[in-house]
Amino acid sequence: MSTPLVSRQRGPDPGGGAGEVLVARDITKKFGGLTAVNQVSLTVRDGEIVGLIGPNGAGKTTFFNCLTGMETPTSGEITFRGRRLSGGADRITKAGLARTFQNIRLFPFMTAVENVQVGRHCRTRTGVLSAVFRGPRHRREERESIQRARELLDFVGLSRVEAELARSLPYGDQRRLEIARALATDPGLLLLDEPTAGMNPQETRDAMLLVRRIRDTGLAIVVIEHDMRFIFSLCDRVAVLVQGAKLLEGSAEQVQADERVIEAYLGAPVVGAPVDGASGDAETRS
Amino acid sequence: MTTPSMDPDGSGRTGRVAAIRSATRARTAPLTVPLAAAGAALTVAGSLTPWATFFFGYPGKVTLTGFPGGARLYTLLLAVGLLLVVARIAGRRRAVLACALGIVAISVGNLLAIASSGGGLGAVAYGAWLTVAGGVLGALAGDAVREPADSERNLRWGRLWVWAPLEILLIALVLGGLLVAIVIGLKINESSAFVSYLAFLGFAAAAAVALGAGTLVSYVSERHRTVTLAAAAITAAAFPFTQGGDSYWIRVAASIGVFAAAAIGLNIVVGLAGLLDLGYVAFFGVGAYVSALLSNATFTTVHVHVPFGAVIVLGALTSAFFGVIIGAPTLRLRGDYLAIVTLGFGEIFRIVANNWDGLTRGPNGISGVPNINANGFDFGQPHTVFGIVLPGFANYYFLELLLVAGVMVIFANLNRSRIGRAWVAIREDELAARAMGINTVALKLLAFAMGAFLAGAAGTVNAHVTTQVSPDSYTFLESALLLSAVVLGGMGTLPGAVLGSTLLFVIPEKLRTFQDKRLLLFGLALILMMRFRPEGLIASRRRQRELLSEESGADAMSQPGQVARA
Ligand SMILES: Nc1ncnc2c1ncn2[C@@H]1O[C@H](COP(=O)(O)OP(=O)(O)OP(=O)(O)O)[C@@H](O)[C@H]1O
Ligand SMILES: [Mg+2]
Repeated sequence: MSTPLVSRQRGPDPGGGAGEVLVARDITKKFGGLTAVNQVSLTVRDGEIVGLIGPNGAGKTTFFNCLTGMETPTSGEITFRGRRLSGGADRITKAGLARTFQNIRLFPFMTAVENVQVGRHCRTRTGVLSAVFRGPRHRREERESIQRARELLDFVGLSRVEAELARSLPYGDQRRLEIARALATDPGLLLLDEPTAGMNPQETRDAMLLVRRIRDTGLAIVVIEHDMRFIFSLCDRVAVLVQGAKLLEGSAEQVQADERVIEAYLGAPVVGAPVDGASGDAETRS
Repeated sequence: MTTPSMDPDGSGRTGRVAAIRSATRARTAPLTVPLAAAGAALTVAGSLTPWATFFFGYPGKVTLTGFPGGARLYTLLLAVGLLLVVARIAGRRRAVLACALGIVAISVGNLLAIASSGGGLGAVAYGAWLTVAGGVLGALAGDAVREPADSERNLRWGRLWVWAPLEILLIALVLGGLLVAIVIGLKINESSAFVSYLAFLGFAAAAAVALGAGTLVSYVSERHRTVTLAAAAITAAAFPFTQGGDSYWIRVAASIGVFAAAAIGLNIVVGLAGLLDLGYVAFFGVGAYVSALLSNATFTTVHVHVPFGAVIVLGALTSAFFGVIIGAPTLRLRGDYLAIVTLGFGEIFRIVANNWDGLTRGPNGISGVPNINANGFDFGQPHTVFGIVLPGFANYYFLELLLVAGVMVIFANLNRSRIGRAWVAIREDELAARAMGINTVALKLLAFAMGAFLAGAAGTVNAHVTTQVSPDSYTFLESALLLSAVVLGGMGTLPGAVLGSTLLFVIPEKLRTFQDKRLLLFGLALILMMRFRPEGLIASRRRQRELLSEESGADAMSQPGQVARA
């Protein structure tokens, strides 16, 4: 696929280390007595894929929620390209963090292309007056938005179904549509929450290819996954969360070889074989 | 009213082809056709024979033989329709049912009315019984018909018609027919005859829709959008010329225009952004008070006169300002809470208007609001156009047409912009909308303010139409009626809001006898709607598919194909 690609807000970063996209420091999130995320730090650099693994209930999704402003961390600090992130989810998305959801959250009664166009919202500026009077800005942005949405649909391989309702798409297509929608916000960092959950092996392979192609455009990615083959063949670095705390962070080889990971999470040594995430029973879920 | 729904989608092309291919021929039980034919024959016989045993002033000359008038004409027409459907296009379950149930409804209704005004069942003659029996037979026949899902058939129409002149003729016929139907309806004076007429129109329309007419019309009007809009405008503008100088119905139509403009504004809030606003009429009231106060009315507290062109903008802006004031702190609330707060605001507005004697003259209100005078053009004066005298109210009617057209353009253009998409996204999944970078609070506020703005504009005109404003015009009841107009007509659609307002206005005007039971009837109508057609009389396509899938319960979003992890 020659076209579109994922355009990003890159640009020089004013502060921070070389090429650091995201720096999360000591993020803690408590729900009442439960510490779902405990002093977790994570740094993501340009063009990296970082994997986030851990047993069910380890706090991975909650960590994503903290990063994207859907939860307010109890303590900790997040900087994105040297700027401190603050405000609600919409402002953080606008700043350049885009995400998908573990349990897909598309706009079910909008068509595929409309879903992606919604992702363009924060990158367009047409106001009420321009929209009402079909002003030049409205027409230009509308043209651009639909063209961009089509390119992205093409990129994730959904051109065929652009006019279908999101809810009527097969499960794997819905996940890919969610990725296209996230890409439409022109992110500087893409957060994927279990992009292959519920997929069959073929769809999983396709998803892997897709994530790799996104990375090849230079976009940094953090991905939560239970599929170990996915993680170990794709990620430059892997962080392991157990009971809210970061147990370990390192290259795929380091993590695979680590005794504590094997014990706490993997259960048995793996050689590229997928492992059921639920087998390590470090759950805090009630 | 046949403008297409303003949904920005053109979905379903692939599915359509498949549906057409798989469309199977309807199967019909062997006895169905004779049964329906017998029902139609009985109905024809019943329609031509007396429905009442003696003359007691019931409309439609129901004691005569061989003279179908009033209700009997309608059952006769429906019977002919029934015959046509059965003979020409066998297997049209819904069309057969619509005709047959129409016959049953009209005949039973009139039978009861004859019995009650003629002093018991003795007043009912055999013709009425024959007709009821005919209708029941027809309904039994219709019930026995099985048919392919209607979408398949309806969609075939959309592809069949390709010859432009014919299509444009069809648009003209539909709109012309609509105008004729309205003019005829307005001339019917007796309540029972009017109800029969309405029932006839309703069931005949249902039969036509069941045969795919609705889809056909909506495809055709979509293909010739400009022509349709122009034709609709011409039809609407033609209405005052049909009234022979009489101002009564023109006055009612002008009120409908005000109401419809406000309803479309409410449709932005409720239909697009999905916010329940129960105090909406207060915004309408703000506009009306601004207009009345700035018009130098006879009984007023502010003795200034501002040109109406400026007043309409001022009223709309003031109203939008209040929208923001009310919305800003409350739009963070969800659903029910928002409804309660808006309900409260509506009451506060009324109570303030009722007590602030220094400005609003309290319960007396501002009265003697003069006619609009724009550059020497006095809206109160009759004018002669094309040799036809138009009463003064026609001026307001045309002003209303302009207002409604403007409001429609605003609604449609917003709906088909990034703003409209964001509203719908918020309605479908607020959290996901936020995660996509949509400032949900700001956009909800915008919806609220837009709604208030349009209501305010409508209110400024209304002050001149009614020549007075007083607090009791802006009760919760009015908000509820506006909301009913939107829901009844169809949430999120423009023709729906206009149709809803028209029905809610014309029916009470016509059914003076039922005036005190008006609300009871509306309530009943709404309950029936919710049960049988929750998407409203004219459904927006998005809304229709939401409800359809809720019904079927098959939801891909909630049933991941395989949950097992690879
Ligand atoms: N809003 C909330 N209120 C209270 N507890 C919560 C909330 N959200 C998450 N939790 C709890 O926090 C813990 C971490 O949950 P989280 O969803 O982040 O786990 P996860 O690592 O994503 O697990 P999985 O692999 O199953 O997706 C769980 O015990 C969960 O029950
Ligand atoms: Mg999770």
